[in-house]
Amino acid sequence: MTLTAKPPAAPPAGGDDVPPAASAPPRRRRGIRTWVRGGGLSTLAFLAPMLIVFTVFSWSPIVQSMVMSLQETNLLDPPTWVGLDNFAHVLNDPLLGTAVVNTLYFALLALLFGFPLPILVAVLMSEVRRAKGFYSALAYLPVVVPPVVAVLLWKVFYDASPTGLFNTILSWVGIPPQPWLQSSATAMPSLVLEATWAAAGGAIIIYLAALLSVPPELYDAAEVDGATIWQKVWNVTLPQLRGILFIMLILQVIATAQVFLEPYLFTGGGPNNATVTILLLIYRYAFQNSLGGDYGEATALSVMLAIVLALLSWLYFKLTERWSTS
Amino acid sequence: MKSPRTVAIAGLAAFAMVGALAACSAGGGSDSGKTELRVATFPPGADEAAYTAFAEQEKQFEKAHPEIDIIGVEYEWEGPTFAVQLAGGSLPDVFTVPFTDSKTLLENGQLMDVTDEVAELGYTDKFNPILLDAVKDGDRIYGFPRQAYAMGLHYNRTLFEEAGLDPDNPPATWDEIREAAKTISEKTGKAGFMEMTQNNTGGWQLVAATAARGGSIQEDHGDGTYTSTIANDATKAHLQYLHDLRWEDNSLGSNFLLDWGTINQEFAAGNIGMYSSGSDVYTALVRDFSLDPDDYGLTVVPVEDGGGTLGGGDIAVVSPTADDETKAAAVTWIDWFYMQKLLDEDAAVLDAKTLAESDQAVGTPVLPVLDRETYEESLTWIEPYINVPRDQMTPFIEGVWDQTPMGEPKGKTQEIYALLDTVVQAVLTEENADIDALLEQADADAQALLDE
Repeated sequence: MTLTAKPPAAPPAGGDDVPPAASAPPRRRRGIRTWVRGGGLSTLAFLAPMLIVFTVFSWSPIVQSMVMSLQETNLLDPPTWVGLDNFAHVLNDPLLGTAVVNTLYFALLALLFGFPLPILVAVLMSEVRRAKGFYSALAYLPVVVPPVVAVLLWKVFYDASPTGLFNTILSWVGIPPQPWLQSSATAMPSLVLEATWAAAGGAIIIYLAALLSVPPELYDAAEVDGATIWQKVWNVTLPQLRGILFIMLILQVIATAQVFLEPYLFTGGGPNNATVTILLLIYRYAFQNSLGGDYGEATALSVMLAIVLALLSWLYFKLTERWSTS
Repeated sequence: MKSPRTVAIAGLAAFAMVGALAACSAGGGSDSGKTELRVATFPPGADEAAYTAFAEQEKQFEKAHPEIDIIGVEYEWEGPTFAVQLAGGSLPDVFTVPFTDSKTLLENGQLMDVTDEVAELGYTDKFNPILLDAVKDGDRIYGFPRQAYAMGLHYNRTLFEEAGLDPDNPPATWDEIREAAKTISEKTGKAGFMEMTQNNTGGWQLVAATAARGGSIQEDHGDGTYTSTIANDATKAHLQYLHDLRWEDNSLGSNFLLDWGTINQEFAAGNIGMYSSGSDVYTALVRDFSLDPDDYGLTVVPVEDGGGTLGGGDIAVVSPTADDETKAAAVTWIDWFYMQKLLDEDAAVLDAKTLAESDQAVGTPVLPVLDRETYEESLTWIEPYINVPRDQMTPFIEGVWDQTPMGEPKGKTQEIYALLDTVVQAVLTEENADIDALLEQADADAQALLDE
């Protein structure tokens, strides 16, 4: 409480001042020869592997898919340019609306259940005095299980017959068997339940680390003031974590907008299109109904999704910039 | 930083990286003057004996055709794999495609034209015209129909016995299927009957049932235009039938999201009493899904009101990217591996013997790719090697000749199947699903696709 923020802030401020004054003007005058003599070649050589890998596996596919979204191709003959036809076609697909709504529904459910749960667990775990490592390992375990294996496992748990695992457990407390994946109403929540289980571990570890950075003096002070546990969480922990909470929120929104694995493996988009998501629709365009004949439409929808996600990411950078400086 | 050694090392590192990348894309050329031919073998997970049998056949072929070097490639027909392999240039030179998908590939222009080769071998007029129609665009031919099936009703004899039903006297009408399904699920707790619903197979099976009930989902005007007739009485009747089995009898079990692979799995595991699929699925059930042959029974899907049995099968095709030399070798292989055993006694016996020695299914009931006489004669050639329980398939073997084979709808086949998946799923998962409204909607959506 007696510390001020000034001393740590001083060096970066001074450091910021020096480089522009010293280095900016000479850099402009430097020719190729000075660049070579200054070790430019070896810099480039060391950079080359990364540049090549990124170009081949990342940047060129990105550019290619943008080009492809304006073309029609059967992967054999030279592609023909079709302008914005692919986009028009995708926007006119009656299933697009369903896919967008389903994806938003998944994101919303994941936000309601998947977002607060890891925070709660992390706070509880940070209160545990003994066997902390054991609980951390336990919480992180689902992340270690390969996602496909996890989904296949949960498919067995979700067996909708009265003898299914979850339904047997429910019957012990007198709840009738649930249809889980076999009904439009319960399919999506079932996917979210598994996704939350699978992803919570990673978030818990991050929150646990963040909780360590909360100065213990704040808790001590709150305790002296007679605060209950709930008040401590609400008035100390959460405000101290707001930066990380916000980052995790944005990251989760971006991740859930791209949900594919769960609907693809659990339900194939069914029943009755209740779990068709945007990415699953892209997959269907490209592979399922057209057998590689509709790459144009698939990439068109991908580009549209990428634009929306880029906007979200931009928002994320803007806002985190403010958080980190505040 | 300026030291030449540093630069050299860095350069070397970069060079090695590029070299490694280049090595990734190295393609296989032919050495020793032989034509290398990459041919499809079995899906991943096939048992080892299947590979033993194939290795033997590979040896026999290479002895007869020393100029060709056969390379067996693990292969399973899947849309995504096909597209990726086609784009990446790693498609086998010879592979097989189900009829259901060959129409889509034809529409996309992704099959190799083999009209001249088929004519040269003298097969053009020998193929069953209904089957040949599936690989034709105008008068050009894009593949060799190599195996065909009619839709059959597969049933689990053990579950029939447990339910007190006679496995030698399977149901012969849709009503009898309903009765048997109800009995099975009441007595054994398993699904009495089930249909595929997922990944376009729901639409495929609904179309098959529609054909059996005397209806059709599409009118082909023969000039590349089609009229959707999805909201027809036969389709409606079948959906109502499924609805009643699900919601009145509760005899369809509890998993309503099944496709070709998963329904085979459930059936082989003894969880389904009856289901409809291609009559040749026995081979896969035993080879890939570990079905106990004693459990198996096969009969015809009941037809009524002038209906027929939806036929299908697969075609052997040449990769659209193959060069002339490879194409010629590919046609030689297709003729030897797929066609000769249908025509020639020696080839048929050799094939059956090789398969039987490795415990692979011989004698699974199929529809003749050529004509019925040749097919039935070929069965007498391979009689000693037949190892599938044909006596458990008698109702099908005897009944199928009375049924008219029907072809699949040709316009936008897979996309319309996808639309119908949703309809079937809705009926099975929503008790109050409005069948008329669902069909009207699907009909409108299908017509929009057909008008594109």
